[in-house]
Amino acid sequence: MITANLSLTDATTRIDGPLLFAHRRVDVGLNEAVEVTGSDGHPRLGRIAALDDELMTVEILESTSGLGLRGTRIRFFGEPISFSLGPGILGRVFDGVGRVIDGGPPIATRSRMPVDGAVLNPIRRKKPEDFIETGVSTIDVLNSLVRGQKLPIFSGGGLPHNRLAIEIALHARLRAGQETTETQSPFAIVFAGIGVPFETAEFFRRSLEESGALGRTALFLNLASDSSTQRLLAPRFALTAAEYLAFVEGRHVLVIITDFTNYCEALREVSASHGEIPGRKGYPGYMYSDLATLYERAGSLQGKPGTLTQLPILTMPSDDISHPIPDLTGYITEGQITLNRSLDREGIYPPVGVLPSLSRLMKDGIGPGFTHPDHPALANQLYASYARATQVRLLANVVGSDGLTPDDRRMLTFGQQFEQRFIRQEKARSLEESMNEGWSLLRQLPIGELSRLNDQQIDTYIHGSD
Amino acid sequence: MSTATIHWISGPVLRAVSNDTFHIREAVWVGSKGLLGEVVRLKALPESGQELTVQVFEDTTGLRPGDPVQGQGAALSVRLGPGLLGQIFDGLLRPLTGGEERNFLAPGQQPQSDQHFPFQPLVETGRILKGGEPFGLIRAATDTPPRDGLEQQCLVPPTLQGEVVSIAEAGLYSDRAPLCTLQESDGRQHTLAMSHSWPVRTPRPVAERLTIGPPLLTGQRILDCLFPVARGGKATVPGGFGTGKTVLLETIAKWCNADVIIYLGCGERGNEMAGVLDEFPHLEDPRSGRPLMERMVVIANTSNMPVAAREASIYTGVTVAEYFRDQGLHVALMADSTSRWAEALREVSGRLGELPGEGGYPAYLSTRLADFYERAARVQTLSGKGGSVTLIGAVSPPSSDFSEPVTTHTKRYVRNFWALDRKRAHARFYPAIDPLTSYSEDASVLASWWHARGNPNWAAQRRRFLTVLEEQARLERMAMILGKDALPPQQQLVLLVAGLINEGFLRQSAFSSKDRAASPQKQNRMMAILDRFMDLAEQAVANGMSIEQIQTLPLLRRVQRMGEEIGEEELELFTQLEEGMEKAFR
Repeated sequence: MITANLSLTDATTRIDGPLLFAHRRVDVGLNEAVEVTGSDGHPRLGRIAALDDELMTVEILESTSGLGLRGTRIRFFGEPISFSLGPGILGRVFDGVGRVIDGGPPIATRSRMPVDGAVLNPIRRKKPEDFIETGVSTIDVLNSLVRGQKLPIFSGGGLPHNRLAIEIALHARLRAGQETTETQSPFAIVFAGIGVPFETAEFFRRSLEESGALGRTALFLNLASDSSTQRLLAPRFALTAAEYLAFVEGRHVLVIITDFTNYCEALREVSASHGEIPGRKGYPGYMYSDLATLYERAGSLQGKPGTLTQLPILTMPSDDISHPIPDLTGYITEGQITLNRSLDREGIYPPVGVLPSLSRLMKDGIGPGFTHPDHPALANQLYASYARATQVRLLANVVGSDGLTPDDRRMLTFGQQFEQRFIRQEKARSLEESMNEGWSLLRQLPIGELSRLNDQQIDTYIHGSD
Repeated sequence: MSTATIHWISGPVLRAVSNDTFHIREAVWVGSKGLLGEVVRLKALPESGQELTVQVFEDTTGLRPGDPVQGQGAALSVRLGPGLLGQIFDGLLRPLTGGEERNFLAPGQQPQSDQHFPFQPLVETGRILKGGEPFGLIRAATDTPPRDGLEQQCLVPPTLQGEVVSIAEAGLYSDRAPLCTLQESDGRQHTLAMSHSWPVRTPRPVAERLTIGPPLLTGQRILDCLFPVARGGKATVPGGFGTGKTVLLETIAKWCNADVIIYLGCGERGNEMAGVLDEFPHLEDPRSGRPLMERMVVIANTSNMPVAAREASIYTGVTVAEYFRDQGLHVALMADSTSRWAEALREVSGRLGELPGEGGYPAYLSTRLADFYERAARVQTLSGKGGSVTLIGAVSPPSSDFSEPVTTHTKRYVRNFWALDRKRAHARFYPAIDPLTSYSEDASVLASWWHARGNPNWAAQRRRFLTVLEEQARLERMAMILGKDALPPQQQLVLLVAGLINEGFLRQSAFSSKDRAASPQKQNRMMAILDRFMDLAEQAVANGMSIEQIQTLPLLRRVQRMGEEIGEEELELFTQLEEGMEKAFR
């Protein structure tokens, strides 16, 4: 059967939106990649979306303007859309469909991997439990990140999510003494910008360059000016590269993808152009499953040295966490770091909204044998107290602080101090520094408020170190 | 075997033409890899033959017109046998085993190795067996003391019966090996093996359905005492993301008093499944002393696996549950999450071009949910034993909006509603079940069980706790306007007591070794202490004691932390606590 590198000219019968219909004169399979070249000579990536006895439907993943029924050549690859990868991808810049755009030589291919990836067998997954110190107190103490986790940043327009992401990427490390031969594999960053403005892309590139980390980074840029169908492929190419680095080369890979909101907008646009029935707010009904095929590519495998950790960024439309994009994301990812606009207005950096943030895998990476035996209790107590302080603040807004009991007034002060001393930080803190700051805040509370701590912890940290 | 040829394909749906006979819901193998699919529509063609529409449960990449479709002659079925316990399967009950070569899942059929089990005959030739009766026993291969693993029975498939004309001797056999032959009165013979197939969408027959029975004890105080579920009952856990659905279901799976647990990860996270597989084998079943994993069947259809298989996985899970029920066991099934199943239903329906109803879901969503939840039951099995299937389904409502279709329809069919509350989850107050919006219709049936087991005041105490919590919500709204100081002492006391019920009783850490599961005895003691505290404090306030004085009692902290501080083997410490309490108020 001849399928590879076969091409077909003048077989096109209809072009409708992103779809191109052609006579099925060659033997092709569903989902296989094609390249459609118009009389303008510009090649466009596409895939086979449907087949019947006479016709094939090609979904073109780039702009169709300039294509005609005559003079359009379709080249068949005989395999699903794939990415040629090799050791040289670090330090390079690619566009959203994996073409080198930094002017350098092409990548020497070592393996070719389909960009849709394959499903990680759940029983072959390794349970993620290597604590990563990020230097951010609200993450390290309260919402710890572990290797192999997918922890998105829920942000809003104008909030400093890019700065936070890059600081985490550059600071992320295992704690001293935790390194074993197994965890010592080299580290790499894969950065994917989906529909980002040029300035944002440039900010990331410059920050990585200045810190000297560009050499171990692969950059994938789909700029805001690129086609929106290509936006759907950019994270897939980036994650395929990350999987190559993690599972073929055995590196610890941190993937930063920004901004997933642009991805979902593109998904909506493409779905509408296919005439599909829209779901909530016009997004397609399969958005959950589609996002899952991307987020679920984080993880690590038993008996393999590499890990793939995802730090996706999304901006919540009008800061609404119940919008379908953050909502569906939160159902898939292992927690979320939420940025808060009012903290940002008060000049607190990093403006992490503590209460709606969560790390689901935290329990596996902290406590005895991982960080510190009293870490879980401390996190728990800080959460309980800060939640109570927030409640008291609400009350104080209505009745004024005069209507409060003395205990409530103390909680109010605790809340302010927590934001000013714990959330706000001038520079990266070690886990120990972060924990000490937490204990010192709890010391100002009456013992009756500390029901999440046991007597020994109260003796050691609350009474002990004045 | 009937065959057909693909002539149209798009995504997971294909159309094929055939001159052979196919039936609706018949399982088919598609293409050279043998992808699993199901016939969903049939249409006669004008010339001759018929066109069938097939939904494929796996990734269809590479399929093309002209590829073959082969009918299996039966509806989508799973093989039920002794090899299920302690194992993990995909949504179509294919084992997810394998070494490094199966790091990534590939579509199509995988070779399966034969498993062997020790068989012991229970019947002799000449005996007449009805469907559902056992003809042999399997003792799971556990050489390690202290106790044997669960004993499983080899059942005659419910649809067959006859006289035993041959039966194998005791020994080690493959689960597919013929062990027993039955002859019907008309001379037809059936060969039986340890395992048999059953179509997933058909409920397995029972002799009689019974009313729901004693409680399914979960070890979680807020459930067992305030919102209990009965064996054979059904409960739903709706909650937005991050409210602790998964941890709650996992905790129930670990500590509830069912004989067999089916844990169905339906469209959920892969790493969570890895966590379950990592943790459960190391936990010990408090009742049998064996690893918890031995009484579990895990069905994992993670969110990135094909959507159509997710639609089938929920039926697979409940069929497996019914199979163990038919052996006279009590089974609990946790489905996490039914919303993902409903979304799969919606997606498949959309691809078939059906008219969408509310929220884009097909109009038959409600019927399908009813079909699923109605398979929960306490029954008398065909062989005359008692067994039950309890269903607990998580729901993930978009934007935590409980008025969306899946939640509202589910609510119509379940009797117990455990609503998770985001505010509680934000304060890391777990289990984050909101006592004000949750309810349990089973509670009235179960009161007598508790009354017979050491707590004659159970129903009264439960009512009192719920009243206090309700009162707290009302008073807090009032305090928002007046300020807390302006409330009279009795009302301030209600706030204090409600806080104590929340902190000292309802909050329970799933990760604390002393408190992760509480026995009925411990729950009774704790309820009694809080009940007595309320009496004493009310009395003291009436006698002029101030709220500040009560608040500063050192004993209060002991009551707050009693769950975590007093373990199961030192329940006598509760007596000390009671005495201390009487003294403090004297």
